[in-house]
Amino acid sequence: MLSYIVRRILYAIPILIGVNLVTFALFFVVNTPDDMARMQLGIKYVTPEAIEKWKHDRGYDKPLVFNKAEQNLDQITNTIFFEKSMAMFVFDFGRADDGSDIGQEIKSRMMPSLAIALPVFVLGLMIYITFALLLVFFRATYIDFWGVVLCVALMSISSLFYIIGGQFLISKMWHLVPISGYEGGINAIKFLILPVTIGLIGSAGASTRWYRTIFLEEMGKEYVRTARAKGLSEHIVLFKHVLRNAMTPILTGAVVVIPSLFLGSLLVESFFGIPGLGSYTIDAINSQDFPVVRAMVFLGSVLYIIGLILTDISYTLVDPRIRLA
Amino acid sequence: MKIDARTLGFLILYAALLFGCSETSWNSPYQAEDARENILYNVFSERPKHLDPVQSYSSNEIQFTAQIYQPPLQYHYLKRPFMLIPSTAVKMPSVLYFDHNGNQLLNHTRAEEIAYSIYEISIKPGILYQPHPAFAVNEHGQWLYHKLDEEESLSVNKLSDFLHTGTRELTAADYVYQIKRLAHPNVHSPIYGLMADYIVGLNKYADVLKKARDALQEGEFYLDLDKYVLEGAQVIDRYTYQVKINGKYPQFNYWLAMPFFAPIPREADIFYSQKKLIDKNITLDFYPVGTGPYMLTDDNPNLRMVLERNPNFHDEFYPSEGMPGDKENGLLDDAGKPLPFIDKVIFTREKESIPHWNKFLQGYYDTSGIGSDSFDQAVQLVGQGEAVVTDVMAEQGIRLETAVAVSTYYMGFNMLDPVIGWGDEQSRESARKLRQAISIAVDYEEFISIFANGRGIPAQSPLPPGIPGYRDGKEGVNSVVYDWVDGEPQRKSIEVAKALLAEAGYPNGTDQETGAPLVLYFDVTARSSEDRSRQDWMRKQFEKLNIQLVVRSTDYNRFQDKIRKGNAQIFEWGWHADYPDAENFLFLLHGPQRKVGNNSGNSANNAANYDSAEYNQLFEQMKNMENGPERQQIIDEMIDILRNDAPWLWGYHPKNYGLYHAWYQNIKPNRMSNNNIKYYKIDAALRERQRKEWNEPVLWPLALIILVLGLSFVPAITGFRRRESSTGVRVIS
Repeated sequence: MLSYIVRRILYAIPILIGVNLVTFALFFVVNTPDDMARMQLGIKYVTPEAIEKWKHDRGYDKPLVFNKAEQNLDQITNTIFFEKSMAMFVFDFGRADDGSDIGQEIKSRMMPSLAIALPVFVLGLMIYITFALLLVFFRATYIDFWGVVLCVALMSISSLFYIIGGQFLISKMWHLVPISGYEGGINAIKFLILPVTIGLIGSAGASTRWYRTIFLEEMGKEYVRTARAKGLSEHIVLFKHVLRNAMTPILTGAVVVIPSLFLGSLLVESFFGIPGLGSYTIDAINSQDFPVVRAMVFLGSVLYIIGLILTDISYTLVDPRIRLA
Repeated sequence: MKIDARTLGFLILYAALLFGCSETSWNSPYQAEDARENILYNVFSERPKHLDPVQSYSSNEIQFTAQIYQPPLQYHYLKRPFMLIPSTAVKMPSVLYFDHNGNQLLNHTRAEEIAYSIYEISIKPGILYQPHPAFAVNEHGQWLYHKLDEEESLSVNKLSDFLHTGTRELTAADYVYQIKRLAHPNVHSPIYGLMADYIVGLNKYADVLKKARDALQEGEFYLDLDKYVLEGAQVIDRYTYQVKINGKYPQFNYWLAMPFFAPIPREADIFYSQKKLIDKNITLDFYPVGTGPYMLTDDNPNLRMVLERNPNFHDEFYPSEGMPGDKENGLLDDAGKPLPFIDKVIFTREKESIPHWNKFLQGYYDTSGIGSDSFDQAVQLVGQGEAVVTDVMAEQGIRLETAVAVSTYYMGFNMLDPVIGWGDEQSRESARKLRQAISIAVDYEEFISIFANGRGIPAQSPLPPGIPGYRDGKEGVNSVVYDWVDGEPQRKSIEVAKALLAEAGYPNGTDQETGAPLVLYFDVTARSSEDRSRQDWMRKQFEKLNIQLVVRSTDYNRFQDKIRKGNAQIFEWGWHADYPDAENFLFLLHGPQRKVGNNSGNSANNAANYDSAEYNQLFEQMKNMENGPERQQIIDEMIDILRNDAPWLWGYHPKNYGLYHAWYQNIKPNRMSNNNIKYYKIDAALRERQRKEWNEPVLWPLALIILVLGLSFVPAITGFRRRESSTGVRVIS
């Protein structure tokens, strides 16, 4: 397994370089270093000299990816792309355009993002799987029918509607929890109830239907008939046998997102005033802060790759037939 | 039964958490112990990037820095037009003028004879800095935190982690130090380019500092500015300093009221130049050090910024004089009382307008602006268009304060454009008439009504009300666009515009030489659906003259690029005053400051590239004059030239509407000064009573949801039991 993991990590390197290159290209197609300088310096009294100085101080006065003025390897290394990208491979994210340390920002913003994403993920997994099993238990009855109708209805509504509607009803009309805000520690709970609830409701429809499909597929298999023939009760069949055998597709969807939970949610964090990484990314895009955008995309890619590796490893845990080599 | 017990458990936990947290309402976003405290609750939407006063310029930064730092001058809170008064200065700066030989000149000497001016500023003794670790010393008088070792730095993650603080008296050297910082190679002051033209030697000083910075050893970050002399800023004695300015620049006094010229203690620069602190974002950009009424005690720009009363601040008092009506409005009730009134200001970050608005209505924010989507809920127009709060707002005790901003939003014509701009001698007159015709056709009264909910006044010139040089009433009307009828301006009829268009060579919107319809191009940065509505509206305005308007929408970067290169034809832009002087608006049309072909190396703000020799000459004359009848006459002449040439559609001056709760007092909108929080007052007891009254938790929906959820489990449980107890044969069948 170790050799497999090492191989996957090595595969990740060209992927990350590719991701960096694509991010870099997309960003600089839309923004030039001059635009970035103007965004930071303002437009009122900024002089061409000030723009040049800003670019020089941050290394944006160099060619983007190829430096004709240099010789040999320096043609590649003495460029914006190389200088801004390579340090990230040792997780040195550098400084944002406003001078703040990006690594420090990421550290301080991870927890608020996780405070919402983790409960939504864990509770969601429990609730959606239970609900899906319930629908499968009552398959082809009116409970199943109305359950699916409810799921489709939940899927059809925009997440923005849940957020605004939830804030309106629960916070504004019923005065039960704060509309938005955040506190550290135990005080966070009252701020998290609403976004977590909305997060759970928002994903309930699609997730439940997905798990229901997985379980229904398992229900048609021979081992289920065998289990029933042995006289096992339906709930034992479902929770002990079907659930275990359905773990592989469940893990495929679930484990891969675990590392990415740190990255937070763009919309929820923005509306609920949660100072997480989702809102950090949005702010960076709006202010054309390339170092932050680049760092967040890189981090997202790394976490996604870690998620994929974890998924592969988790297969071996739930299915002894699978060996990683 | 099992499910019921769990549900009950969750409910108990939930209730315990909520009740446990609060003597206050369940939906309160604040700590219960703060409920009756003398705290102002405010909002910021954009993260401030720079709190270093040499760099911060945008409004979301100045709202913090202006409370913390004290430049030598400030604006009078109540008097209008805006008036400068001393802040830390003993009196207004004395200005002496000199010729090239160093001979002192009389005050009324012509500007062109003045080689340089010397501003001498004396500050009050006894002013102390806020408590700060940069000033902390041990028993031997040695700095505690100027050279942090590894162990000390490990325990520090934010400024409040330092156990010891100190203070010291403000001196003139701190002001000089900050002026030197304008040229610091490691910071990017937005006004460096401008000030390098005025402060003697600042340009050269920047070169000196750059060399000194480059000579620093690796790992060394502190550049001792005191080692290098700046000719334009000199300390005279402990409480007096001089600034030497090239030529005459009367507007310099206004700059002395901005945080760029606030004091920075050398100790703070040394303290914040430690790499160990820089790596933890503990810098002057995050943690200001000032002498003002407040100090920043919680700096989390992602969530919350907290200002608390500076315990060392003293000897500033609420103004005793104001304008007529201020006394009646209770604005002089606190005359002579020591400032500030509020102990703490909590700024919470709200990126979205909906939560902001709802929390204001719940009493959790003390003030709010009005978004277009909540305008009808908040404001109604009565009588002759007077805006008042709606009955619902009035019942809550919310009041409305309005003020015309010292800003202007205009539509510019690129004067380099062959169709609509200066053109050659032959086409100049026709292009001018074309611009005048468009000026009449685009109905800004309607624009303000539709797109700004009436919050604005149509502009008659670049100058907004409140700026010396602005004229009100009949004298101030743009006679090219308006007639004066029954005591008010009335836009000329579209027939007048059509006649002008015909004279311009485009009868009924058709080029009389080629027979082709007249097509003009409007460059915009469109983002929202409202922007598209505005463009449609603008097309219709041009259609009144049968002119086809083609909208060219682009992103802001490309838009700026077009303007810089003179590739736009018609565009929209705006300007907010840096200081209340006509020069700060009229320079937007000063020829040498045009965007295209400006070789001075300075920043250029004349986006229309307007360049009239007559106007330029008058501008040069006007800019160095003191306000008075003579200057007013020149301004009038300049504005007449502009109106006639019509390089802009003068657009409108926005009107700011602010809503304030009943407990929020001493409010008089002042769009020039930013250090106003020290004048505000809060009735915290009233606020807490109102909050409780407005935010009683409504529990029946919660009970109903639980009941519905509970009932929905009944058929499931019943079905489950039936299935589980049924026989295998029945299941299969």
